[in-house]
Amino acid sequence: AMAENGGGAAERGGPPAPQRVLFPPTFSVSEIKNKQRRHFMFLRWKQQQRKEKLAAKKKRRKEREALGDKAPPKAVPKTIENQRVYDETTVDPNDEEVAFDEATDEFAPYFNRQTVPKILITTSDRPRGRTVRFCEQLATVIPNSHVYYRRGLALKRIIPQCIARDFTDLIVINEDRKIPNGLVLSHMPDGPTAHFRMSSVRLRKEIKRKGKEPTEHVPEVILNNFTTRLGHSVGRMFASLFPHDPQFTGRQVATFHNQRDYIFFRFHRYIFKSEKKVGIQELGPRFTLKLRSLQKGTFDSKFGEYEWIHKRREMDTSRRKFHL
Amino acid sequence: SPQVVWSMLGNRQFCSYKMTTKTQNFCRNEYNLTGLCNRSSCPLANSQYATVREEKGRCYLYMKTIERAAFPRRLWERVLLNKNYEKALEQIDENLIYWPRFIRHKCKQRFTKITQYLIRIRKLTLKRQRKLVPLRRKIERRERRREEKALIAAQLDNAIEKELLERLKQDTYGDIYNFPIHAFDKALQQQGAESESESDAEREEEEDEDVDTREFVEAEDSELSDFEDMDKLETSSEEEQEEEEEVEKKASHSKSKGKTPLKGPARRKRPYIEIEYEEETEPTTKTKAA
Repeated sequence: AMAENGGGAAERGGPPAPQRVLFPPTFSVSEIKNKQRRHFMFLRWKQQQRKEKLAAKKKRRKEREALGDKAPPKAVPKTIENQRVYDETTVDPNDEEVAFDEATDEFAPYFNRQTVPKILITTSDRPRGRTVRFCEQLATVIPNSHVYYRRGLALKRIIPQCIARDFTDLIVINEDRKIPNGLVLSHMPDGPTAHFRMSSVRLRKEIKRKGKEPTEHVPEVILNNFTTRLGHSVGRMFASLFPHDPQFTGRQVATFHNQRDYIFFRFHRYIFKSEKKVGIQELGPRFTLKLRSLQKGTFDSKFGEYEWIHKRREMDTSRRKFHL
Repeated sequence: SPQVVWSMLGNRQFCSYKMTTKTQNFCRNEYNLTGLCNRSSCPLANSQYATVREEKGRCYLYMKTIERAAFPRRLWERVLLNKNYEKALEQIDENLIYWPRFIRHKCKQRFTKITQYLIRIRKLTLKRQRKLVPLRRKIERRERRREEKALIAAQLDNAIEKELLERLKQDTYGDIYNFPIHAFDKALQQQGAESESESDAEREEEEDEDVDTREFVEAEDSELSDFEDMDKLETSSEEEQEEEEEVEKKASHSKSKGKTPLKGPARRKRPYIEIEYEEETEPTTKTKAA
């Protein structure tokens, strides 16, 4: 009986199906007890569905062609960005209140050209090789930045010293299990502190490219997709890392692209092949950041005033809701 | 008797506190003085025994004598040792006054070690503690997957190229690149489209005067952005500063607000200040990229 079943599986198909799949359907594929048969019927059902779908598509296309110009416009597929839950803090470009806020916030001196950014890059205690190399590469990417090792110094004591020495920003790269996994970005004279989770860090040698090292030219900055108020402040933080005058002869561009609350950092060299085509070549490290918290003052984990913290229970409930 | 106990536990039968390794035997008994499994260090096989143990930062001397061997509850007598190191040593000495030398010596050694590590603990707690935060596997997996999907949705290369081309069109690079023809045409078209912007009258004047420079100006004429708005409010007096600021600002942060992969305002945001500036000193427009 078993051999018969196995042998008969190949030729099976004709007899049972047409009689059964009538209206009203007397059985569903999941009611068959025999696994082999059930699997077979399911495959056949799937094939049928596919055929129907293909036929429907063809029909639609024919209709569309037949109508020609009068055809209804193509339906736009739904994407997560399309369906994004409207955030009430989205910045309207003409919003005066936002403009006023940004004129008077902590980055105003930078945007007014009163300060030149000077960055201090450091790590958590005892950095491993990968983190050290990443810090070095980051220092080449960001002009006017210095890397210092932290030998067990407390951040709270470093910060007054930095302010005294005219640093404008502090970057601390946190390391866990020999890879960098966190970034704290703190604006110096009393500025906001942002804590990010860093992932997919690629050092320069791991990137498939044939470019040389980034030169000393000041790169341009691209900030994409920072729509809400929170996104705006984070974007301004990033912008204030780079000097205000990019040197276009260097043809380097640093990009912070926000997509669904993940900020992708890339560093490219571009060249315009014609006025409609540009070629980009990736140099420099790349990493992605996810904002964890934004603090009003400089780094202070105990007594700081938090502007925004990522609360998983409340904020991760909807797949279409993003905060940046 | 202790000899019998030792002959059983030490060699022949099973002792649950004993841990053997390749080179040595250890004793896991909490009252053990040295930690090794020896005839003289076994608290079960010695009827007269003493140890030093610490609890919550305070050191105690524990003593066991033959007289109390029948009362397990009262077997171990506990003496709190002084916080002062020398005084504690004296205390040990006077408590174990007629005891075997071995036990006295080992007790003092043990006490020394304990105080050293307590000092170290106190020093370390003053420094920064590393806080270990557990990762939740499900969340990590979810975040990683979302990141991948976001990366695919972002289409970074395309986005960057588009942005760069826009900047080229908006002439932030000025004279560096020579792709003049198309830019002229586009500028002409845009000029027609933007005839309703604020500084109408001024632009009309310019139109009559000089075609070339005006075209560049028109191309940059678009909606307000935040920073440039602020600029307009504050520094309307100093022209050169304005000009540099806005050029570099355009270059350094182009926020495409509300930009999605599907749609987005194609034009950059420029202030109207520029036009006013153009009116006054037209010949210097070409130097803005420098």
